[in-house]
Amino acid sequence: MTVRELIGRLDLDLKNNGCVEAAINGCYASDMLSDVLANGKEGNIWITRQTHPNVVAVAAIKGLSGIIVTGGKQIEAETLEKAEAECIPVISTSLQTYDMVGMVYNLLLKNECR
Amino acid sequence: MSSKGKKEGMDPDAGSGQDVYFPLNGGDFSDAGAGSKSLRSELAALGVPAWIIRRAAICAFEAEINVIIHAVAGSLHYLIEGETLTITVTDMGPGIEDIGLAMKEGYTTAPDWAKEYGWGSGMGLPNIKKNAGTLSIDSVPGEGTTIEIIINLAPPLNARQE
Repeated sequence: MTVRELIGRLDLDLKNNGCVEAAINGCYASDMLSDVLANGKEGNIWITRQTHPNVVAVAAIKGLSGIIVTGGKQIEAETLEKAEAECIPVISTSLQTYDMVGMVYNLLLKNECR
Repeated sequence: MSSKGKKEGMDPDAGSGQDVYFPLNGGDFSDAGAGSKSLRSELAALGVPAWIIRRAAICAFEAEINVIIHAVAGSLHYLIEGETLTITVTDMGPGIEDIGLAMKEGYTTAPDWAKEYGWGSGMGLPNIKKNAGTLSIDSVPGEGTTIEIIINLAPPLNARQE
């Protein structure tokens, strides 16, 4: 499943011109950045409430396929710009993390791409 | 440094003596990652395999963040000599009282403001140790800390670890 397909299936809000054709091979959910640096995997989509520009560096270093910000949090313009420069899609949802994780989990499970 | 066996990707003649320096300001996350970003592009241009770039970038980024959280000021410096990358991060910070404790995953002295940014989980130095070839820490309480990270950019093909 690509990021574009995920956005369409879950009716999410893409906030920048990231690379939405990137393939998603799984998901990691965490608000602690060192945890993502340690345990996120290349190609994972990352679900978090963190919105400041450091999340872009984390996603770029780990080769994550995108960032989903939960709880409808306002995302800093600098974060969106830096992510676009790294070709990382930043996506917003009004859902809280638990609900978002459940939906992404089910979707990826059905597509047998975990 | 091992020079035996087949090497993945990297041009063995590349990367001689590239020497790059980045200042870091305590409390200012806005420039965090400038050093690790530069390092990522340098290593990619040299044809270093992606998994090694990732390890190097994690070390550099975590070290930058440590300076920003704990110190007044500091710097990140990296040097690529042949197949060896040396990252040196020096700060004018409080120093580390007990290095053994600081290496323990989950132990942190980070303030609340850093935790609000998603840092301060006590995983920084353990992440560096896990991804570095060698890590040395030289710290004087009340004066500052210098850490040196050495990474082999062209390990044998069977050395890959994620």
